Amino acid sequence: MAQPIIEARGLARTYRNGGRAIEAVRGVDLTVEAGGIFGFLGPNGAGKTTTINMLCTLVKPTGGSARVAGFDVVAEPHQVRQKIGLVFQDPSLDERLTAWENLAFHAMLYGVPRPVWKKRAADLLDLVALTPRRDDLVRGFSGGMKRRLEIARGLLHRPDLLFLDEPTLGLDPQTRNLIWDYILGLQKEHGLTLFLTTHYMEEAEHCHRIGIMSQGRLIALDTPEALKQGVGHDTVTIGVDDPDAAAERISRTYGVAVRRDGDQLAFPVRDGAAFLPRLIAENGLAIRRVAVRRPTLEDVFLSLTGSAIREDSPDHFATIKASTRRGGRR
Amino acid sequence: MRHALRRDLMGIYTIWLRDVRRFVRDRPRIIGSLVQPTLFLLVLGTGLGHGTFRAMAAGEGPDYMAFIFPGIVAMTILFTSAFSAISIIWDREVGFLKEVLVAPVSRWSVAVGKVLGGASVAVMQGCVMMLLAPVAGVGLSAPVVLTMLPIMFLVAFAMTAMGIAAAARMASMQGFTVIMNFVVLPIFFLSGAMFPLEGLPPWMTVLVHVDPLTYGVDALRGVVLGVADRPLAADCSALAGFGMMMLALAVWSFGARD
Ligand SMILES: Nc1ncnc2c1ncn2[C@@H]1O[C@H](COP(=O)(O)OP(=O)(O)O)[C@@H](O)[C@H]1O
Ligand SMILES: [Mg+2]
Repeated sequence: MAQPIIEARGLARTYRNGGRAIEAVRGVDLTVEAGGIFGFLGPNGAGKTTTINMLCTLVKPTGGSARVAGFDVVAEPHQVRQKIGLVFQDPSLDERLTAWENLAFHAMLYGVPRPVWKKRAADLLDLVALTPRRDDLVRGFSGGMKRRLEIARGLLHRPDLLFLDEPTLGLDPQTRNLIWDYILGLQKEHGLTLFLTTHYMEEAEHCHRIGIMSQGRLIALDTPEALKQGVGHDTVTIGVDDPDAAAERISRTYGVAVRRDGDQLAFPVRDGAAFLPRLIAENGLAIRRVAVRRPTLEDVFLSLTGSAIREDSPDHFATIKASTRRGGRR
Repeated sequence: MRHALRRDLMGIYTIWLRDVRRFVRDRPRIIGSLVQPTLFLLVLGTGLGHGTFRAMAAGEGPDYMAFIFPGIVAMTILFTSAFSAISIIWDREVGFLKEVLVAPVSRWSVAVGKVLGGASVAVMQGCVMMLLAPVAGVGLSAPVVLTMLPIMFLVAFAMTAMGIAAAARMASMQGFTVIMNFVVLPIFFLSGAMFPLEGLPPWMTVLVHVDPLTYGVDALRGVVLGVADRPLAADCSALAGFGMMMLALAVWSFGARD
């Protein structure tokens, strides 16, 4: 039926930095159907922002092609721009204008008639709970308020597709939840397509479909459930008195790789619930705590990139965790 | 096609409006950027007018402070225009430029909007400076002011277009500070704003004639004081020609940037 809202074929971008070539995106094939929330996942530097910049016509691809909302991003940039809204990774408001003036500026640039945008802007400010601050300069806004205002602005011209690049980056957990409430509410209410990136794996659980980027390549594309099922194992975590000995024993008995974190051991097993009774009965280990975890998207990422990373770094789990958890802007 | 043109004209208007609105609101900036020209007019005007130039003017012609007054107005416009060009680098640094560049308006209309916005602001700043005319001993009649305005706009347009052309590709403020020192100040010094351009050594005469501001200062001086080196039409054509060239360059640099 309807054509896909995003269709990229071999999309690539290489930056020249002095003499060095940085292959930020190395040939991405991606189809996103209209409607729903598409999540673009990956650690810092994976090429998520560069991909968005190409899709939104800010950066020209050095290879491949892409159509967004039915228009070619290189040949028909104006048509693409009219159809999309953007919330950038870094703030892009005019801090010397008020919230309202920022919205007015946007509406005028997009050619939205005055009576139309005034009504919409008022509604959107309500939606993001900024009506009381409408005539205040943006300079005095908190990070969360700015982000909410940018979301409202991105919707003002009624785009078919809204890009949100790390919409919750650098915000405290409470604000992050609030932003997610808005995002989910929006999607339900307006039925538009949301395309968002995040490197918080747990946030990706909200998405209907997920693409995982690593080192400029799209390495997976599916629903979160299917991706997690694809991992094929649960993770068992136990707390023991003598972790070294226990780790040794478990890895010998069951032939699994055991990760140690303080007095905690974690290891993958096919069916965690069925495995636990065996573990307890067979080993005589002094187990203090035990937990079984179904695969998370973090496990998905690990299992997808693991083989490549494991070869050169046995400590890959810690590395990925650090890069996905911490990682400041860009 | 007509639709596209309408959209781009609206884009120009929107970008212009933002610059003007921000300027009008920013009282500290309006006052702050008057300090330097006022110092030049009052301190240099009094100090120099008192010795060197009095002897030179030898009684006839305008006195020194009146002589430099049109030049100081031109200087105000020059500095304000340069500042507007800086603001585009600032917009890039704080990310706002991206909001403009993903909007469905053409790159050329963004450049034109910035040039017209910066030029309008510079003319307004120049108008504020005209309030000092009585202090300089210059009487401004309504017809004189009305003739000055379009000339001031031409000067502002030429200078802002030049600034935007330079700033369009610049990624950092540092680069622009260098430009300020190596371009803006020489433009001011060589324009004849502060001294008559007669009997200069040949190398300097050449530079003076290359300097676009020279024509602006001469035109303003002709209108305000009735003394000029060239006919008004010649000055205005030079300014307009230079301005259009710079505008073309600004549009081109803006569009070429990825
Ligand atoms: N303008 C640029 N010039 C040079 N290199 C860039 C530029 N933008 C991004 N890169 C590089 O491209 C890679 C991908 O970056 P990015 O797309 O921002 O990743 P992500 O958004 O997934 O964190 C990184 O190595 C980054 O340093
Ligand atoms: Mg990014």
